[in-house]
Amino acid sequence: MMKLSLGPLQYFWTREQTLSFYRDAARWPVDVIYLGETVCSKRRELGTRDWIALAEELAESGKQIVLSSLALIEAESELGALQRLMGDGRFLIEANDLSAVQLCKARGIPFVAGPTVNVYNHRALAILMDDGMSRWVPGIEQGEALLHDLRTALLADGRDMPELEVIAYGRLPLAYSARCFTARAFDVAKDQCGFRCIEHPDGLPLATREGQPLLRINGVQIQSEQVMDLGPELPALRELGVDMLRLYPQAERTSEVVAHYDLARHSPQPPPRLAARNGYWHGEPGLHRETTTPA
Amino acid sequence: MHLVCPAGNLPALQAAIDAGADAVYAGFRDQTNARAFPGLNFSDDELRRGISYAHARGRKVYLALNTYPDSARLSIWERAVDKAADFGCDAIIAAEMSVLDYATRTYPRLARHLSVQGSATTAPALRYMYEHFGIERAVLPRVLSVQQVERLCEQSPVPLEVFAFGSLCIMVEGRCQLSSYVTGASPNRHGVCSPASFVRWDEHADGSRSVRLNQVLIDRFKPSEPAGYPTVCKGRFAVGGETFHALEEPTSLNTLELLPRLAAAGVAALKIEGRQRGVAYVTSVTRTWREALDRYQAAPSGWSSDPAWQKELSKHAEGHQTTLGPYHRNWH
Repeated sequence: MMKLSLGPLQYFWTREQTLSFYRDAARWPVDVIYLGETVCSKRRELGTRDWIALAEELAESGKQIVLSSLALIEAESELGALQRLMGDGRFLIEANDLSAVQLCKARGIPFVAGPTVNVYNHRALAILMDDGMSRWVPGIEQGEALLHDLRTALLADGRDMPELEVIAYGRLPLAYSARCFTARAFDVAKDQCGFRCIEHPDGLPLATREGQPLLRINGVQIQSEQVMDLGPELPALRELGVDMLRLYPQAERTSEVVAHYDLARHSPQPPPRLAARNGYWHGEPGLHRETTTPA
Repeated sequence: MHLVCPAGNLPALQAAIDAGADAVYAGFRDQTNARAFPGLNFSDDELRRGISYAHARGRKVYLALNTYPDSARLSIWERAVDKAADFGCDAIIAAEMSVLDYATRTYPRLARHLSVQGSATTAPALRYMYEHFGIERAVLPRVLSVQQVERLCEQSPVPLEVFAFGSLCIMVEGRCQLSSYVTGASPNRHGVCSPASFVRWDEHADGSRSVRLNQVLIDRFKPSEPAGYPTVCKGRFAVGGETFHALEEPTSLNTLELLPRLAAAGVAALKIEGRQRGVAYVTSVTRTWREALDRYQAAPSGWSSDPAWQKELSKHAEGHQTTLGPYHRNWH
């Protein structure tokens, strides 16, 4: 049976909204919950200590709790927060950049390699496994064919695949910057950002000049506007040996998405489509266009 | 500080050497490097000739092998590493672990530099690459402030190279999927950003132009308005009812005024971006930085940025604008 995970919250929500969301999530049929700030270290409605306290609380639900690290680390203070997040090693760490990989490796503790650690082939995967990676979340560009080739090559080298977790539902994280695009949109300096991203619990929509919704601005992160849904591709995901499906939190209806995927994983039939077709899975651009939709 | 300059082809390589580059970086004519543009880069013979030209003048040639092979294409990158060693390149510039691993095991004496595409922004990340692959230098992504660069110089296990001038990637390099998302062609996998084959310009009856990338409208330009190359990050988009350069304006990075601070911090090398640019760009930008560096090295304490240098560099900047970018704290 495939497992379900709740990926790390990518947006900035109020403390109340965040805690309330996760208290609900403790009752949802997910096996793994990722906690922590992965986008911007200035977001402190929940500080590192609060995330760890929440992890301890949620661990009582019997779910596996994983603490996720920042995707882009620039300041020494952020490295300090990462060290605190790793704490006494009680919780598994999702390493979202090489800094976190190195710190886990140096301490000899296992880690999940998150989607912003670049792994494109079986050799790189094997190196990370030797460093302690126990689970791999492929980057967003990796579709069915690439994963198939990688798995075949890894097995041919006499290695087993690590636990494989694929992003199944949510807006794709596309890019990170030193610049805060939310602050830029409000014409304020990053150091005086006023935490305006808290006003956009699902990100700030960006459209082309002819009104095509294209991207979401989420602080220093850029996401796809389209919410991707790999539900209909479940048979292929099973075939490929995917162990876990990642569902990213959204401000609304996440519990319904979880229920939908829970039903789907118990059913031999693929579920109906909830959101956009992820072109990446099919070896196409991630952005779904009408012309690439199968008839 | 060494000056590392771009060589998109043999004439540019020779121009960079003639204008005073300490080293040039170049790539093969395939997807093994991050400027896999049509009409650019080196055949085997051209690279051999370029290396001879540089070595005869006491300069170095680095080979950019800084893209990310998938499992099925690994051997293409490995053969490129073989050729780098065989031809006598002074270093490879690589980002991907299996490429670095292959080079480390097969040619331990071939120097390995970590590419900016390797996306290492901290001392632990650099230490990871150093411990595994014995990198001798690392190129930093363009996301750090000058204060952060200074701190990292103190803590890094290897000498650091930073970008000094050229087109500015606004996103952390090696982890930007904007081109990939719209076109399917990515800097990491294919060595291209917003490739020309996906670009379509339309001229309208009123003289205005619009530009699309794989059908997605990136920008519109009034009849007299200058138009830059349509990468997603430099388009104009609507956010919250306003249309503007929501991610980045067409502008170039220029750190000339930071030269004394970068030198004092112990930065090992300054990198000029622009393998896609021509001989005129390479000559002018290299000569200007050479002069600035020489004058600094002759008299560090009395150095100041010469307005003539800035004027010359601005000519070659995107949109004729330059910025200190993330080096400068108040940038937004």
